[in-house]
Amino acid sequence: MLNQKQAVLLESPAQTNDVPPPAPAKIQEPDTKTVGRVTVDKPIMTTRNVDVYYGEKQAIIDVSIDIAYNEVLSMIGPSGCGKSTFLRCLNRMNDTIESARVTGKIELEGHDIYDKKTDVVTLRARVGMVFQKPNPFPKSVYENVAYGPRIHGLARKQAELDEIVQTSLQRAGLWEEVKDRLSEPGTGLSGGQQQRLCIARSIAVNPDIILMDEPCSALDPIATARIEELIDELRQNYSIVIVTHSMQQAARVSQRTAYFHLGDLIEVGETSTIFTNPQEKLTEDYLTGRFG
Amino acid sequence: MTMTTADKIQANLNKRYAAERRFRSYGLVSVAIGLAALLFLFLSIIGKGYTAFQQTYVKLDVQFDAAIIDPQRTRDPQTLARADYGKLIKKTMRERFPDVKNRRDKRKLYKLISPGAVYMIQDMVRNDPRLIGTTQTVWVPADDDVDMLIKGYINRDEPESARRLKDKEIAWIDSLAATSSLEKRFNKTFFTAGDSREPELAGIWGAVVGSFYTLVVTLVLSFPIGVATAVYLEEFAPTNRWTDLIEVNINNLAAVPSIVFGLLGLSVFLNFMALPRSAPLVGGLVLSLMTLPTVIIASRASLQSVPPSIREGALGMGASQMQMVAHHVLPLAMPGMLTGTIIGMARALGESAPLLMIGMVAFIVNVPEGPLDPSTVLPVQIYLWADTPERAFVERTSAATLVLLAFLVVMNGAAVWLRKRFEQRW
Repeated sequence: MLNQKQAVLLESPAQTNDVPPPAPAKIQEPDTKTVGRVTVDKPIMTTRNVDVYYGEKQAIIDVSIDIAYNEVLSMIGPSGCGKSTFLRCLNRMNDTIESARVTGKIELEGHDIYDKKTDVVTLRARVGMVFQKPNPFPKSVYENVAYGPRIHGLARKQAELDEIVQTSLQRAGLWEEVKDRLSEPGTGLSGGQQQRLCIARSIAVNPDIILMDEPCSALDPIATARIEELIDELRQNYSIVIVTHSMQQAARVSQRTAYFHLGDLIEVGETSTIFTNPQEKLTEDYLTGRFG
Repeated sequence: MTMTTADKIQANLNKRYAAERRFRSYGLVSVAIGLAALLFLFLSIIGKGYTAFQQTYVKLDVQFDAAIIDPQRTRDPQTLARADYGKLIKKTMRERFPDVKNRRDKRKLYKLISPGAVYMIQDMVRNDPRLIGTTQTVWVPADDDVDMLIKGYINRDEPESARRLKDKEIAWIDSLAATSSLEKRFNKTFFTAGDSREPELAGIWGAVVGSFYTLVVTLVLSFPIGVATAVYLEEFAPTNRWTDLIEVNINNLAAVPSIVFGLLGLSVFLNFMALPRSAPLVGGLVLSLMTLPTVIIASRASLQSVPPSIREGALGMGASQMQMVAHHVLPLAMPGMLTGTIIGMARALGESAPLLMIGMVAFIVNVPEGPLDPSTVLPVQIYLWADTPERAFVERTSAATLVLLAFLVVMNGAAVWLRKRFEQRW
């Protein structure tokens, strides 16, 4: 892992070496050094000047970015750049790490999610999460999907619950494969099916945003393709923020892309623009495979 | 000539293989020593103990003489209870051996029959007073010395003065045996009776029941408290100096000699709280103190082995901390917790030292009827019998050890079964 000193070394050429910051990139408001437009016209979630510390170490440095309705925002960057850390701020999963400290402002539809009055349970019901490694509960397929609605009291009758389970599995594109084995353990499915089960599980509580932390890194190419299709379909109803190591994946599934480097948000923009015409040298180096 | 890399590796390789073979042989030798010790232990205990499962009985044709039992023919239960049934047995024995005239010899003759025979006859009459006036063939337990002679533990070749049974007594026993009036039967008494001064009347049931009540108290206290402590420390408590201190102390407690818990129990439960002495309740309290650290440590290890991905999954769904623990973590950790608890209970079952301190070492004949009755436990019963001079208690000590070992094997087997049956894999 790179330490702080190396970080300075790596960053300094981009800052000092020639290339005056491209003027049109900084379009408006939040005071940030990020290149490109971090805001959107109608955000569902806004983050402003977010810093994350693990004990003494700063993992995220002054990140501001908006998330729009019905968009897929991909976050890319080399290992250890803080993209997963930032993702976990969005549903306060970092709360579980004792040494983690988050400052700055993160708002979900205008409500500060780090406010004392915000209930983390409600927040996580609205901002669902899919993890790197498929982690279905060691219970039946049905129970996996029914768990969220059950704890949040979303279904009053068994029939309602059955319907939620079926709809969620259908949306996750898993229904046809598992409809005859709903009572079998979720852990018995294949890796790709497990990940889709986890997606079904999180959409069962009908969230606004789904966070995906490298959802395909443990899957084979076919399962990956299936999940990518699914992400595209889910965009009709949800906002999705996806962290990925695969630039092709980011290019395929997302509308906007954010490039992180050592805790800094370097560049944000339309995916097509970022991939064809990155403004920052760091972004370009990463995308062209010069490091990463 | 220069050595090629392959040659060098080859030379080194032989050394490595030799080291590996040596290491394997050390391991095999260690395993063999362990198995041999276990085999020796088992053979020795079984060899000494198995005869205790049989007991010599004597066939007597007892004449239920109405003149002795109930001279007034009232059939009054009071009279029947007070009657001298010993006289019946003595009379039977005198008739069986009419040549014995001398008083001292007669006394010796009567002693061939266990004192318990009197109560047997008494019970027979109480259950069926119509027996009075008839003559019945009754099998009564023989005295332990007779039993030992029949089982071959008394050496007939020894000089008479060094023997517990004199020539005359041996002759009587032989005469009984010759008329097939002696028989080795299954020793039911051993499994149904409490302790006794007479080996042929002593049993382990009192100790088994005492152990049972003690363990129930231990389980009821140590399992919930241990699991709650482990869950709190593992899932809810912040990591700070206090929780570190608690953790260190729990580990220390697990290493405290058990007799210290006995002293604690004596001063707190008996002296300060004035709970009854020798009671399984107090024994259970003391053993819970001893078992708690084991249960807590096992439960924490079991909680730690639940993968973090399950917790994250639950929290990510919006489950509260409590729901995450109750719905996902606890069910997955439960088999490990139960296994730890059973192993802790097995240790508690085999524990005697702390119970000596709270008076569970008393000589108690009655089978306890509740956790407040004075009683003893299996290991203490073994200790008590090992301390007695009678030869017949030697085999009973080993037999009781066998019973204790059987319980331990069953408990550990249950732990293994539970682990295999409910273990989850990810």
